[in-house]
Amino acid sequence: MTDAALYAEADRLFARKKLLAFGLPAVVLIYLAYIFFAFDIPGLAERARLDNARTLLSDIWSYKTRVAQDNRTGTVEVAIEGERKGEYAPGTEPDWVRIAGTGTRIDLGDGHIVSFAPTGGFTYAMPGRDPIVARLDGRSVVSNVTDAPDWISASRTRFQVETSHGRVSLTRNRTELFRYFPGWELFFFTLDSPYHGASVSQLFGDRIDPARANLSGAWHDFWNNAMWRHSDVAWALFETVLMAFLGTFGAAFIALPLAFLAAKNFTPLGALRFGARRCFDFLRGIDGLIWTIVLSRAFGPGPMTGALAILLTDTGSFGKLFSEALENVDGKQIEGLTSTGARPVQRYRFGVIPQIIPVLVSQVLYYLESNTRSATIIGAITGGGIGLLLTQAMITQKDWEEVSYYIILIVLMVMAMDSLSGWLRRKLIRGV
Amino acid sequence: MTDTSADTAAIRDGYMQQARRKRLYGGIILLVFVALMASGFRLADDRNAGGFWSGLPNVFDFPADVIADTWPKLNQLPGHMAYFFPALMETINIAAVSTLIGAGFAMVLSMLSTRGLARWPRLIPVFRRAMDIMRAVPEIVIALVLIFVLGGGPMPAMIAIAFHTAGALGKLFSEVNENADLKPVEGLQSVGATWLQRMWLGVVPQVSPNYLSYALLRFEINIRASAILGFVGAGGIGYELRNAMSWGKGRFDEAAAIFLLLFITIVIFDQLSSHVRNLMIAKRERGRA
Repeated sequence: MTDAALYAEADRLFARKKLLAFGLPAVVLIYLAYIFFAFDIPGLAERARLDNARTLLSDIWSYKTRVAQDNRTGTVEVAIEGERKGEYAPGTEPDWVRIAGTGTRIDLGDGHIVSFAPTGGFTYAMPGRDPIVARLDGRSVVSNVTDAPDWISASRTRFQVETSHGRVSLTRNRTELFRYFPGWELFFFTLDSPYHGASVSQLFGDRIDPARANLSGAWHDFWNNAMWRHSDVAWALFETVLMAFLGTFGAAFIALPLAFLAAKNFTPLGALRFGARRCFDFLRGIDGLIWTIVLSRAFGPGPMTGALAILLTDTGSFGKLFSEALENVDGKQIEGLTSTGARPVQRYRFGVIPQIIPVLVSQVLYYLESNTRSATIIGAITGGGIGLLLTQAMITQKDWEEVSYYIILIVLMVMAMDSLSGWLRRKLIRGV
Repeated sequence: MTDTSADTAAIRDGYMQQARRKRLYGGIILLVFVALMASGFRLADDRNAGGFWSGLPNVFDFPADVIADTWPKLNQLPGHMAYFFPALMETINIAAVSTLIGAGFAMVLSMLSTRGLARWPRLIPVFRRAMDIMRAVPEIVIALVLIFVLGGGPMPAMIAIAFHTAGALGKLFSEVNENADLKPVEGLQSVGATWLQRMWLGVVPQVSPNYLSYALLRFEINIRASAILGFVGAGGIGYELRNAMSWGKGRFDEAAAIFLLLFITIVIFDQLSSHVRNLMIAKRERGRA
């Protein structure tokens, strides 16, 4: 080649590199710009519900106690999260709530004091400001606030004051107060358990409940906690892992013999090979979502449906992976065995299986980890395992502390499966 | 002479004993495993709403319904498919953008967590842990929370998938980085290149084919994920599928069109990504030879 030709060649190469170096980012940028408008990102600010985000965030790290007065009967209930399961029995209310026939007095701290009138209405006294008084006048709600700041919302039917110390509202039927505290108050014991509020040293001390030993009683009350349902959650986690386990290993068992049919060096018959491969493609192509829908129609929601959906999708994936591994086996070992007069079964057992086991085991274990995640997702769609609990908690749109608890558990579960599969992989493959 | 034959006999006996014991252990492990699987299936069956054996005859009921609803209106099927095509595009776009963005973050994270390349070597465990957590969060979790805050639409799905992708690809990328040759990096450092320049000019050219192949695989996985997220309310073909399913029996023809679209898309991208990866492997081997 002459020098000129070499130069031309080099120039051409440079030009191509230059085009690639600038063209590729440009294409990506243009695509992102298209997405920016196709996904209506400018309109996101309008659609976003920042108040939702705020309730979500505050709910995650805090709990609220609700004091509610029925304005017709004058009865007052105090309950954590406003739920029946978290209700304080009469006479056991926290000391910042003082219930009396003449009116309930609630001390929110720092001089913020709210008094409920027995027939409806409240007075909110706070430092550095005249008390806010709201009362019922016939069918409408009236107050002494004329020029409402933005933390007070007033209408004819509802009056609400929201400060950093709590939220008080008055409607015709109800006078209601929410006070926020950090933490998850009922996480260990609900209020009806004698162990609620007991310290760890008390648990190891004298019997709190004379009928039961402390540790077993505490465990029983914790495990059957009606608010956080620890036993149900543990079952749900187990179900999710079970789905992943059954789906992954079931798929491996089914895919292994089929993979021989799809491998070029074991099935010389082209039609059979083609059939097996298209079968794998079909199983893989019908996504887990569609399998889940089809199967849940036949079997109903539950772990079996999830396990089968994973099994069917992964039979396709494993079939492809295993048959590729089989096509890469070294023929020499098989030849050697043949020369000693081994029968076909023995040739497979001692010539092929030992070669593909490491590939097989590592793939299956990789899938076990990723299927734990899939099982959560499938559970959320069809209803089973921790995915179901998560969607249930989300639908209420107020149990965000439970949602965050489940998310933490899911993350821990997947990470545990990840380390387990990594550990097994190292252990088994070194051993083989 | 007799001595040696006795020795060989002893050795052979020892070997046979060992082999028998190994076979026994293998058999026991296999047996335990099979028992575990069987009891697991029994347990799963018990906790399922409908039993396996009672449901088995009904497996084909739903596909049969779908086909029965579609067959008389077969001429409408192409129309339905054309109608749902924009939704399919949205699903694919979600997958593509989240793969792009996720891969971008994964690149940075992987370099920050590879020994020899990291900007702050002390923080390597922190970035690794962060990637583990990102990888462990299922997309649906983030998507559902974001749907609550941002409303329905493609954004929650995109963010959720990108988050997960960054963690998943980050781990794979950092495995690739570990095999990268450090000489170009050292050379760049000796002429005073910044960390960003060292990575971009010294590492990326070496590892980009492997990055691309992993990203393609991820893209295919993300298409499936974005279809699923649509089903829980995040736009795209999954959302349309949910609506079509809710029409109920007798009107499954739209659902059939969506099933078909989804199936074709997944098969196309599955074949495409494996084809491209095979091409790249072949190219690499040619380069090596």
